[in-house]
Amino acid sequence: MSAPVGSTLIHHPAHSKGAPRATHDPKWVRWGLTAVALLFLASFLLLPLAAVFTEALRRGIGTYFAAVVDPDALAAIKLTVLTAAIAVPANVVFGVAAAWAISKFAFRGKSLLITLIDLPFAVSPVISGLIYVLVFGAHGWVGPWFAEHDIEIIFAVPGIVLATTFVTFPFVARELIPLMQAQGNDEEYAAIILGASGWQTFWRVTLPNIKWGLFYGVILCNARAMGEFGAVSVVSGHIRGETNTMPLHVEILYNEYNFVAAFAVASLLALLAIVTLILKAIVEWNHTRARG
Amino acid sequence: MFTSRQQRSVLPGFGLSLGFTIAYLGLIVLIPLSAAFVRTLGMSWSDFVAAVWSPRVIAAYKLSFGASFSAAIVNAFFGLIVAWVLVRYSFPGKRVVDALVDLPFALPTAVAGIALTAIYSKNGWVGQYLEPYGIKAAFTEVGVFIALTFVGLPFVVRTLQPVLEELEPELEEASASLGANRWQTISRVILPELAPPLITGFALAFARALGEYGSVVFIAGNMPMRTEIVPLLIITKLEQYDYRGATAIAVVMLVASFVLLLVINLLQNWSRRYYKV
Repeated sequence: MSAPVGSTLIHHPAHSKGAPRATHDPKWVRWGLTAVALLFLASFLLLPLAAVFTEALRRGIGTYFAAVVDPDALAAIKLTVLTAAIAVPANVVFGVAAAWAISKFAFRGKSLLITLIDLPFAVSPVISGLIYVLVFGAHGWVGPWFAEHDIEIIFAVPGIVLATTFVTFPFVARELIPLMQAQGNDEEYAAIILGASGWQTFWRVTLPNIKWGLFYGVILCNARAMGEFGAVSVVSGHIRGETNTMPLHVEILYNEYNFVAAFAVASLLALLAIVTLILKAIVEWNHTRARG
Repeated sequence: MFTSRQQRSVLPGFGLSLGFTIAYLGLIVLIPLSAAFVRTLGMSWSDFVAAVWSPRVIAAYKLSFGASFSAAIVNAFFGLIVAWVLVRYSFPGKRVVDALVDLPFALPTAVAGIALTAIYSKNGWVGQYLEPYGIKAAFTEVGVFIALTFVGLPFVVRTLQPVLEELEPELEEASASLGANRWQTISRVILPELAPPLITGFALAFARALGEYGSVVFIAGNMPMRTEIVPLLIITKLEQYDYRGATAIAVVMLVASFVLLLVINLLQNWSRRYYKV
């Protein structure tokens, strides 16, 4: 359950513009509560973020870069990018198809379908990995068949991609479904009646309308895909340079007490998180401004 | 089951989009998930009970449920304050603070795990001040609680924010003009309105914490019977090639998660109905 539940574009109306209310809190309450809130956020959010960069740069910038360009680190970065490059587009295609079916047509079982799409958020990352071991592992349902044909899934790259696809499954769909439901079908009806084909309608009418929501879903999906640890940890063989993603590489370095290198690789993931938050804030800001 | 009621819809692509959706959902989610349940059916009842109710597993349940619950309580309390401050007050840098709330969603859990361990270990930024008081945070239950508080932090804030933004000022004005003081208005008018989203946010943070693995393993110390969470126990069993034991515990956790998901859905429907009236 890692969805930013309340933060979908639909449910994010403009912040109240601080117009003085007849019923506002006394000054000491305002100051006190603001201080408590900021202190809580600083100690739980800012501190860990600062710790990552401080620890990474503890031995200077030279050691930092040496850790980042280490061949095993580079292999981990490549595998992480490759995994996201497969899992994210797959979930984008699924998200668009699911949102099209759910928002454009009426059918029975729709709310069940929406609940099932959210299911991966309710599953522990570790269990997400385990279920793929049960299907594709040596004693799994189809594992022996793949083994006979010399196709490795578990403890290899395909397993990592599958587990990542599972944990990032709902991100794009749950962003697009409420958005397309709220937009309605009028523009698509008009396009079809004016003679556009189905694909033309999708590319020229629907897609421009949902591009921000889609982008929003993609950046969240990508952040999770690149950062996933538990699920990938179960299905990866933890082989350096081969089946290690960046988060797994961080773990290995950390367990070898190579803290500076662990935090150096972790700092790259932290930078990714910061970029994700900035892009997310820009999309939300554009969206509220466009509506206001 | 999935048949179009709108038989002659002008828009094309119903069969294609729904067909693809169901096929992909089945292959990626439903079939693999069902594997856990089907595997457990092959176990005898006594084997199943032995796997999911041994002292070590019970200790892990207690820690996972207990630490997740306390972390969610702390998040409910501070999340209410954070949401209130972000919606009602203005201060410099508010937009940055608002964006930062989502950090636990964006920061990979392993990164959060090693960062929190560095902060709360005995030489760390915070750990060194706890040590003289005999408080050990890293490698104890306290560390588990801290990591779970981190991962659940955004949920309460993000479920409360939209509701607070739409709360009508007339309610408070009416309450004030009828002679209530500010505290009475807050406790009798505003807080009851916020109860459904607050409980929803609490349940989401709790559910997330239950399954969390990455941020906890580094800070927990992972000692059997003491600081071993359920997801870690599943991994330990897998590494010992005890697939049945791992799967049986996974099924218990899956059932707990699905029950929570159901409760959360009911809560969200409740709060939606609540606000339409």
